[in-house]
Amino acid sequence: MNVAVIDYGMGNVFNVERALQAIGCYVTITNDPAEIEAADAILLPGVGAFPQAMQSLEDTGLIPLLKRMATEKPLLGICLGMQLLFESSTEGMPTPGLGLIEGRVERMRAKRLPHVGWNSILRDEDVYFVHSYHVVTADDNVVASADYMGERVPAIVRSGLVTGMQFHPEKSGAFGLSLLKEWKEAVERETATGN
Amino acid sequence: MLKRRIIPCLDVKDGRVVKGIEFVELRDIGDPVEIAKYYDASGADELVFLDITASTERRQTMLDVVSAVARKVFIPLTVGGGIRSLEDISSLLKAGADKVSLNTLAVESPDLIKRAAERFGSQCIVVAIDVRFEEGDYYVYTYGGKHRTELTAVDWAKRVAELGAGELLVTSMNQDGKQSGYDLKILELLRAAVDIPIIASGGAGNAEHVVEALETVDAALLASILHDRKTTVEEVKHVCSANNLPMRFVTTQTD
Repeated sequence: MNVAVIDYGMGNVFNVERALQAIGCYVTITNDPAEIEAADAILLPGVGAFPQAMQSLEDTGLIPLLKRMATEKPLLGICLGMQLLFESSTEGMPTPGLGLIEGRVERMRAKRLPHVGWNSILRDEDVYFVHSYHVVTADDNVVASADYMGERVPAIVRSGLVTGMQFHPEKSGAFGLSLLKEWKEAVERETATGN
Repeated sequence: MLKRRIIPCLDVKDGRVVKGIEFVELRDIGDPVEIAKYYDASGADELVFLDITASTERRQTMLDVVSAVARKVFIPLTVGGGIRSLEDISSLLKAGADKVSLNTLAVESPDLIKRAAERFGSQCIVVAIDVRFEEGDYYVYTYGGKHRTELTAVDWAKRVAELGAGELLVTSMNQDGKQSGYDLKILELLRAAVDIPIIASGGAGNAEHVVEALETVDAALLASILHDRKTTVEEVKHVCSANNLPMRFVTTQTD
């Protein structure tokens, strides 16, 4: 399976590349529309602040393509890349996002931020988080969540072909890789059935 | 619930892990990749590589080590030792490090903490503080504990947190190497002073010492008690867990 990792200058794409390679994906780090269209799936990485990330994406000219691709092939957003999938964020200044999933991004209420370290999701397995903002979205979109200082943190979200992971699966040990593998297998099923 | 972290620290010299490691099950006891895989499997939550190479070729050698480890081990990797510039940080992150640890450089150019945090994000900037208690206060030392500065630990910790450091790695020079327990007083003072995560280092002789530290701070850096096989990451975690500290246990195995 060929994954296009969107290169827009926000954070370290190489660890995502290494993790995808470890589970048997071919990876193209790119901002070339032709390469993105040719890929089986798209991964939107990202570390940093929401407004700068949207600006950087805007600068690549890829936003209309990503919006169209999200209805045609699987798209996975990781960390800030997941937050960008939503309609808006209040980080820094109110900024519109890609709007691929209904919901918004807000600063967490916890006294101690960032939420950094290993926290449990799903079957009580731990994954590695680093973030201070989280998404507020309908329960239907939330596949898994974590609890941080009494606050519920959506950890995996899904709507149609679009998936988001708030934590770093590429840094979450064998369990993190298994989550990426599950996504890969879902993409392959998708591709096989021609949906 | 957020877990406390256990972080093995490996000294690397000329691309090889050094210091009395006796894991019989490893084919090559100095191979950073083998050792990283061993610790990953035993439940290490992160790894710290400390470059103690003295030679001028250190830079490329360390980049090779980081890149080799990052291809096989998928937990956060921190690299410290000999970092001199934003370019050094950039190269390490590209090679596969998730965080860098700054010590002397941070004290001598505090502005660099800010610029590094702005450019790479606070999450990848760890500031290491070596502290020694003397004359009634905790003072910050640089150059591997050789040079005393005028900074007190609490003031410096507040400052680096404001400048954008993502975590603090605190080593008590009074306790380091003694294996008689952490300096809990400085951990408590720093915990009250800053909200960023604190990693305790220096003084652990057994798992109970780790429990004492983790009742106050977020993570414990362990070196000799692991390398000398006095205990294991798993054992430390079980003891912590028995003392009601939330710990992560690895249930998914690598293929």
